[in-house]
Amino acid sequence: MNILAIDTSNQLLGVALLKDNQVIGEVVTNLAKNHSVRLMPAIEKLMNEVDMTPDQLNKIVVAKGPGSYTGVRIGITTAKSLAWALNIPVVGVSSLEVLAYQGKFFNGLICPFFDARRGLVFTGVYQWQADQLTSVYEEKNMLMVDALEKLAEEGKEVLFLSPDIAIHQEAIVDALGDLAKIPEGPYHLARPANLALAGLDKEPGETHTLTPNYLRLAEAEANWRQAQKEKQQNG
Amino acid sequence: MTKDINILGIETSCDETAVAVVRNGTEIVSNVVASQIDSHKRFGGVVPEIASRHHVEQITMVLEEAVRDSQLSWDEIDAIAVTEGPGLVGALLIGVNAAKALAFAKQKPLVGVHHIAGHIYANRLEEDFQFPLLALIVSGGHTELVLMKDHGNYEVIGETRDDAAGEAYDKVARMLNLPYPGGPHIDRLAAVGEANIAFPRAWLEEGSYDFSFSGLKSAVINKIHNAKQRGEVLKDEDVAASFQESVVEVLTSKTLRAAKQYQVKQVIVAGGVAANKGLRASLETAFKQVDIPLLIPPLHLCTDNAAMIAAAGTIAYEQGRRSSLDLNANASLLLK
Ligand SMILES: [Zn+2]
Repeated sequence: MNILAIDTSNQLLGVALLKDNQVIGEVVTNLAKNHSVRLMPAIEKLMNEVDMTPDQLNKIVVAKGPGSYTGVRIGITTAKSLAWALNIPVVGVSSLEVLAYQGKFFNGLICPFFDARRGLVFTGVYQWQADQLTSVYEEKNMLMVDALEKLAEEGKEVLFLSPDIAIHQEAIVDALGDLAKIPEGPYHLARPANLALAGLDKEPGETHTLTPNYLRLAEAEANWRQAQKEKQQNG
Repeated sequence: MTKDINILGIETSCDETAVAVVRNGTEIVSNVVASQIDSHKRFGGVVPEIASRHHVEQITMVLEEAVRDSQLSWDEIDAIAVTEGPGLVGALLIGVNAAKALAFAKQKPLVGVHHIAGHIYANRLEEDFQFPLLALIVSGGHTELVLMKDHGNYEVIGETRDDAAGEAYDKVARMLNLPYPGGPHIDRLAAVGEANIAFPRAWLEEGSYDFSFSGLKSAVINKIHNAKQRGEVLKDEDVAASFQESVVEVLTSKTLRAAKQYQVKQVIVAGGVAANKGLRASLETAFKQVDIPLLIPPLHLCTDNAAMIAAAGTIAYEQGRRSSLDLNANASLLLK
């Protein structure tokens, strides 16, 4: 069983290959460079290096967001096109869930997040229970202050994981004090091998229906819906 | 007998998710277009983020339908061609990344195609080319005159300095409260109106093959405003007819002059505005008089589709052009 994992949902570019549940190769960069240019060459290079041909792949796992809309789409398009062409299943895993994998040995709440500008974050709250990652608060696009207020009310230890940790670190410590656990650098970068693991026991859906986990409407769509609502109220 | 060349083409530069298979650059084997137009209508134009979202939802379904319709096996498909630009970057990225994934999965050559080259080659699906030829490309995003001395050889001799012709149509249509896309509505109104309003023609410097439609657009807008203020009633049909006459006259006369200067053997019209009846009629009359063959593709090949990308990709493939797996979408790609 050979699994290819792909993550271009945020700044990190990650590709991993698993053979019979063993990681046999991983490529990770954390650079502000173009995913579209670099993803396929990264996959090709890694597969060459481990002597694997595309038709030997059995499954694809992809980080489906939240994150950069464009980045998420590059990953999903590549993953579903590969899966369709090779006639193998593809599984999408939330990019926040992949980050939460990095806190596997933490007993408290885990709050992975990605900065979404103007004080907003894409976030959710997770917890490991009996070796199972479970969702405590569903993923949302919300203000970081609101997320922190909710977490402070819990009065529990919270592990924060995010490539954008620096932007919100001060606010986190202000809100949670000693209850906030913030590890060092590498834990904030979602390893594609963890993505592959997260996809292991997920049931693949139909390839065609795999779509990004944006957590936010397109701006024009949101404005249009708002206008429709106002029209209804006034009319 | 030489072996057939089957090219799979992918086009996602704007608001159509399209995949097609073309044989020998001249024969459509399958051609699937998933249009998003209904989704964008409520916004009065194409919203890039929404277009990208639709493309990623549609792409493998459209691929599957086109490959199934072709009744070909993957062994019979020689290469993957894809629009690499110009267009909306987020939209282009879906096609480009799907094409790269397919090329890698099936170990096929990858060929990046210029969208305008595609529009030109849509005509080769109807009739073979005679060189030198002149192509007039008119669409929502382009107004260009391209001279071709041979296959795959493109020389842009004129282009718009501001708005594309199709853009001007859309803006004037909005002024007349016509639904998006406005072009066909203006064409329809123009057919029954009278061109009795003197709108300007932008000829630019003598000898120039460039176009400009922003002045005309402003003149139409001003005319409508002024009439409203004075309580004058302008007939929409007459505004449409007068506007269209200005556009068509400039397009026809510059195309005709270029065709004569370069002594071309064929004139090709391409792009969405090639469906415009007023433009077709004017070009047909003009070129009949000088006895230069004029090719205008049927409507379904005028608008964006992937058969045209596969057709242009066939020539590029035959000429040995290849793209590597680091191919990127290029929103402002030049035609070379
Ligand atoms: Zn076009």
